Amino acid sequence: MDYLLNEQQLMIKELCRKIAREKIAPVAAHYDEANEFAWDIVKVMAESDIMGIYIPEQYGGLGGGVMELAVATEELSWGCGGISLGFAATGLGTFPIILFGNEQQKAKYLPDIASGKKLAAFCLTEAEAGSDAGGIKTTARKEGDYYVLNGTKQWITNGGEAETYTVVAMTDKNKGARGASCFIVEKGYKGISFGKKENKMGIRSSATREVIFTDCKVPKENLLGKEGLGFIVAMRTFDYSRPGVAAQGLGIAQRALDEAIKYSRQRKQFGHSISSFQGIQFMLADMGMAVEASRALIYSAARMIDSGAKDISRASAMSKCFASDTAMRVTTDAVQILGGYGYMKEYPVEKLMRDAKITQIYEGTNQIQRGVIASSLIKESMA
Amino acid sequence: MKIVVLIKQVPDTTDVKIDPVTNTLKREGVKSVINPFDMYAIEEAVRIKERVGEGEVVVISMGPPQAQEAIREAISLGCDRGILLSDRKFAGSDTWATSYTISQAIRKVGDFKVILCGKQASDGDTAQVGPGVSTHLDIPQVTYVKKIDKIDKTVAVVHRMTEEGYDIVETPLPVVLTVVKEINEPRMPSLKGKMKAKSAQIPVWTADDIACEPDKVGLDGSPTRVMKVFTPPPRGGGQMLKGETEDVSSKLADIIKSVIIG
Amino acid sequence: MTGGEKIAVILDKCVGCTLCVKVCPFGAITMKDKKAVIDLTKCTLCGACAEACKFKAINIDKTGSKSDLSGYKDVWVFCEQKQGKVQTISYELLGKGRELADKLGVRLCGLLLGDKMDTACQDIISRGADRVYYVESPKLKIYQDDPYTNVLTEMVKKHKPEVLLCGATTIGRSLISRVAVNIRTGLTADCTGLDIDMGERLLLQTRPAFGGNIMATIISPNTRPQMATVRHKVMKEAEPQAGRKGDVVKETLPEDMYHSRSKILDIVEEIEETVNLAEADIIVSGGRGLGSPENFEIIKELALVLGGAVGASRMAVDSGWMPYSHQVGQTGKTVCPKLYIACGISGQIQHLIGMKSSDVIIAINKDPEAPIFGVATYGIVDDLFKVVPMLTQELKKRLK
Repeated sequence: MDYLLNEQQLMIKELCRKIAREKIAPVAAHYDEANEFAWDIVKVMAESDIMGIYIPEQYGGLGGGVMELAVATEELSWGCGGISLGFAATGLGTFPIILFGNEQQKAKYLPDIASGKKLAAFCLTEAEAGSDAGGIKTTARKEGDYYVLNGTKQWITNGGEAETYTVVAMTDKNKGARGASCFIVEKGYKGISFGKKENKMGIRSSATREVIFTDCKVPKENLLGKEGLGFIVAMRTFDYSRPGVAAQGLGIAQRALDEAIKYSRQRKQFGHSISSFQGIQFMLADMGMAVEASRALIYSAARMIDSGAKDISRASAMSKCFASDTAMRVTTDAVQILGGYGYMKEYPVEKLMRDAKITQIYEGTNQIQRGVIASSLIKESMA
Repeated sequence: MKIVVLIKQVPDTTDVKIDPVTNTLKREGVKSVINPFDMYAIEEAVRIKERVGEGEVVVISMGPPQAQEAIREAISLGCDRGILLSDRKFAGSDTWATSYTISQAIRKVGDFKVILCGKQASDGDTAQVGPGVSTHLDIPQVTYVKKIDKIDKTVAVVHRMTEEGYDIVETPLPVVLTVVKEINEPRMPSLKGKMKAKSAQIPVWTADDIACEPDKVGLDGSPTRVMKVFTPPPRGGGQMLKGETEDVSSKLADIIKSVIIG
Repeated sequence: MTGGEKIAVILDKCVGCTLCVKVCPFGAITMKDKKAVIDLTKCTLCGACAEACKFKAINIDKTGSKSDLSGYKDVWVFCEQKQGKVQTISYELLGKGRELADKLGVRLCGLLLGDKMDTACQDIISRGADRVYYVESPKLKIYQDDPYTNVLTEMVKKHKPEVLLCGATTIGRSLISRVAVNIRTGLTADCTGLDIDMGERLLLQTRPAFGGNIMATIISPNTRPQMATVRHKVMKEAEPQAGRKGDVVKETLPEDMYHSRSKILDIVEEIEETVNLAEADIIVSGGRGLGSPENFEIIKELALVLGGAVGASRMAVDSGWMPYSHQVGQTGKTVCPKLYIACGISGQIQHLIGMKSSDVIIAINKDPEAPIFGVATYGIVDDLFKVVPMLTQELKKRLK
């Protein structure tokens, strides 16, 4: 289907596709098995100007938005849904600065992210606070020109690898969600440390760590927006980043579909390619429809966000929920089509299935997304 | 410091399929790409520029108008500008006429210090154009370069690959260097490079533009002639060994033994 | 013909049969209004169309000005030496050169550049040369582009051979292209067949064109010497004949001819852990089907039992499973061993080019459609992880 991408978006798509096929796909199994962060690929993405595509031009980026981020994430995730996170999760960590940063903060932090010199990470989740951001225990106590952060963030993508962290912490515990604030924290600050790399089911090359703050002194200029805005920063950031997670799922699903088609044409049973069997054909057709529908939904949501539309939460949540559910289903079906081979590590589809699962979970589980969607629908009908 | 890269557009051999009936190449839909060896020359040229800290990388390609695409790709990979040599008068050029034509273009570009090209083109495999250019220009050459140890504006120290290992060669500039795969790993294009390539003006130089003597270009300038082209008979006579793995392995071992022992 | 085009379709004669479209190796011919149209930007004037046309509707002007060629005689072989040792490629060329010289009824001469190599001159004679031109100087001991180019150019101008053969080695290719430009004569690289057309005393130089799937016969009708390079192992080595007689002509050239602009600082030999691929008589190669670097062990084991070298397809090398020095194919090494065993290699054309002239090719692949079976002498459609270890065991028993 033709989504009428503009010239720059087509270029991004083409280049990311090339990187995915020539650089990422050949090493994906290695990094998955080694549970290792793919710095060499991050370097390739940086040299190719990919890291800055969604960052404004005046800060060294290409001036694109969520659409560009989604197109790139989709293509890169075709190669590996874990490796692509070096790029996509940096987007998540950077959006708070793009959306809420003041001029000085943007000028200080965005250029190095745009050039790929530094990665970013967003720190919200804690052991007892996931989708319920009000349960955050990490505190930020104001002391003169500094805020002093204490607490532990959990399962932080790019944790330990990134240089720039956007961190949500409580400045006023009594106010609940309205007592949260968001800060930019540099890896070099005293008092920030990292847990060991988590051993995950999928997206194994992606770095997931605890980020621990122990009397970590953050200059007060690093407060994003103002005190009490933390929860809003987080929600707005997720509205922008969810199409990215959706695109990650889409790339994984597209790869699964491609592998399933390829295999079904090669594999012969009863004297025929299994692609000539209706049972397989119907599966492929359903997979193809779902993948295309995901793409249409993601691109629409992304374009709507980039247009400056106000009410974006529903579209954003729909794209994430639909595309990640699709990714899980399509990758599972791909394993089924490859049969015994699909279950073996020699073939790439079992990894796709493992990688797909996380997209239904992080940046808000799909149950939370459905909640967001439903309440938006109901609210609309009441108005 | 001006660095010239010579590139050729060739059919993508990884894409080529053979028609099993006629045993000829299926040409439909075969993509054109930059000669794989020239990709290393492009990368090395950009690296030399980065290393020296200043300079300009000029790409030259001789071919039909569509070879512009190859030049644009080279620009997306970091080259500064490109020139296409294209003229009906160049048709039928062999390596003699090709290296003459290219050397005339390099003279026109002028003030060059390093000329880089791949060790050979993947379609012709002659490895003659690089040395030919150095001879027409009457400058030194080092072929099969796998590493540049040192380079400044007057001298370069490079490793030339040999059958047994390598020679370390010091050469004054200007020089022609033909490069091998080991020399580097070409980078991916960059988005900014691609945008630049898209809008780049690529001048087309004809035989007259580069002051070619008419009897040195195209077929007239080519000492060799293709007398005939033919498709070799397929190897044929192949035998498929069938049966249980154990039996096949055993049969094969007998065959191998008789081949070795003769 | 208009504008002095070298090729033209005679419209009155063209019946639109499309024969020419089918034979054109470069896709340069299309049909327009039932007449052939030739795209001159793609045409290389190879003549395949004119030959195929039953109606003589394609005219190619292949004439060119002929200079006086009568003064040229003898077949020369450039005898490459390294560290005072004549390389085997030169013996291979002497074998072929002898054949050509006999056909032409002229002398076969070796051309040797070096220092203190008098015995080598006799060796060249014993391998079939009637005469050796030997240019001796300490400055020619090691190959360098400039002096060697100067000396060869000078010697050819002075003695006028009609044929000059050279090995397609790194030295040969670098050197001979420069000499051909200086002399302004034709040079054909990587010939797989050399013959003589006695009518015009033409050297018929046959080489693979575009990927080895089409062969082209190339001539240099108007210039001499007719120069060709041949890859190592393509021609059969001339055996030494004891007591064979010939003369040695020692030449000394002016010192400035030996001057080199570049300077060799060091010569480094790298000891390869495995047998040199190009020299190996037996090669066991692995490709995509191996799936991982660890799996190459079964290939190495088979190679070990056979005393052969290990090869790899481009895919295996690009994936980092094997180093580049093991790559067989267009962008790797060309090999022609007695026995080539391809395991899990599908047979992309780029690989086939590098190995299809092997004497015996055995292909083991799961996919019966794999193109490798098209060139295989023996093919086995089976799982290589079963066949190869079993084969290794069987061979261990037989080759004890």
